[in-house]
Amino acid sequence: MKLVKAIIKPFKLDEVKDALTEIGIQGMTVTEVKGFGRQKGHKETYRGTEYQIDFVPKVKLELAIADDLEEKVIETLGKAAKTGSIGDGKIFISDLSNVIRIRTGETGDGAV
Amino acid sequence: MKDKRVSLKYISILFSVLLLYSLAGSALADEGSAAISAGDTGWLLTSSALVLAMTIPGLALFYGGMVRDKNVLSTMMYSFISVCVVSVVWVLWGYTIAFGTDVGGIVGSFEFLGSNGVGPEAFPGTAVPHLAFMVFQLMFAGITVALISGAIAERMKFVAFVLFAVLWVTLIYAPLAHWVWGGGWLGELGALDFAGGTVVHISSGVAALAAALVLGKRHGYGAEKMAPHNLPFTLVGAALLWVGWFGFNAGSALAADGIAAGAFVATHVATSAGVLGWLAVEWMYTGKPTALGGASGAIAGLVAITPAAGFVGPISSIWIGLGAGIVCYLAVVWKAKFGYDDALDVLGIHGIGGTWGAVATGLFASVGGATGLFFGNPGQVFIQAVGVGATWVFSFVGTFIILKVLDAVIGLRVGREEEIIGLDLSEHSERAYT
Repeated sequence: MKLVKAIIKPFKLDEVKDALTEIGIQGMTVTEVKGFGRQKGHKETYRGTEYQIDFVPKVKLELAIADDLEEKVIETLGKAAKTGSIGDGKIFISDLSNVIRIRTGETGDGAV
Repeated sequence: MKDKRVSLKYISILFSVLLLYSLAGSALADEGSAAISAGDTGWLLTSSALVLAMTIPGLALFYGGMVRDKNVLSTMMYSFISVCVVSVVWVLWGYTIAFGTDVGGIVGSFEFLGSNGVGPEAFPGTAVPHLAFMVFQLMFAGITVALISGAIAERMKFVAFVLFAVLWVTLIYAPLAHWVWGGGWLGELGALDFAGGTVVHISSGVAALAAALVLGKRHGYGAEKMAPHNLPFTLVGAALLWVGWFGFNAGSALAADGIAAGAFVATHVATSAGVLGWLAVEWMYTGKPTALGGASGAIAGLVAITPAAGFVGPISSIWIGLGAGIVCYLAVVWKAKFGYDDALDVLGIHGIGGTWGAVATGLFASVGGATGLFFGNPGQVFIQAVGVGATWVFSFVGTFIILKVLDAVIGLRVGREEEIIGLDLSEHSERAYT
């Protein structure tokens, strides 16, 4: 099993969610986060005083998937989240040692 | 506990004396003999309520939106409490210092102490009740003190501000109002101030500078982000100030007549031009017109037209408003170079805008029996400059002394930790957003 974490542009969330549910992903967790990469932040100006805002609002997606879905998820997620401009985000994949569904006690692939 | 009971006893004695005094006064006051105009009275009472709306909620929102979210309640409370404290002081002794019979051109006599003798009869030279005139002036005093709070926001103790309000309206505002409107030396000299450019705006703007210097900078000033936490508040507040200002300026005609209509038009046109002037120069300098700039330009235009409102036509109003937007923008931007922390730019907008307006009145005056430089009376600019200079010096020195004394006696600033936590929690035990 794999844990997929993706940092994406907030306005791309709905598109990404629809694309992933279309390929059979049944659940995900979404968090509003702030951070910066190469995009850096932006400037705000109030009565001539400038502030550099370093942390840009982003959305973090987390989903657990079976190993055989990895390529498809990366491709689908990447395509849906892409605008082609700086700040589109990143996808992180890591191995997942176990998953437990709390209601039934199922573990492993059956719980994903 | 014992101390509290003793002080309560003194307070109740004080109130009993005042009550008896006012009862005696109302028995003596003779009923109005001169004619009262229903139209004038209706307009002046409406205007009084409009001026109240400038302070609360107008100014409270305008300032409240510009501070950080940990200080919004304390900032709005400064405006709220200004109105309440000044109202009580005004009917007790403020009004008579400003409008009692002139003593040496400097202050009024104590003839109206406790509003004694202020009744339903017509105020001399008008067709409105003396009471209506008194409460209209009360609202002016209230907003002037509230304006200063923009300079000390996010760091001044509530109790210190309350005491400051009592002292400032007594020792600075009331004498200044007397100088210009109450038969004092500036009015005698011929200084033109239709609705309070010097008395209200220069005085509060300069007091704000003195206050910013005495209190010192906010913790983290220049290093931390101190951006406005709710600009929609600020925009709504500015719009309410604009609406209320018709009472301030057109109400200052003290009649529902042609001069009031002229002041109304001048006020509206100058304010619109003030927004355009500020946004244009901001656009040029930073590449973007901002919402805060629009709100600020509106206030700059309103401030500048205040002394001129009843003396100028619509075209002159455009120039006065445009000038205000540009001059005040530059004043606010250049503030950073001087290193004092006038948190919400009271000096930059009210002090500088009021100064521009007072001088511009000397340039553009052409109606209501007044004539300025551009209409053949160069001497008026000089008289205006005397009024501006006297107000700057008196307000700055007086405010400086009042605050230094208060600082020595009770301390002006909250502690460093309280300031970092925010005044809403440390001074009021509340949070705006939970």
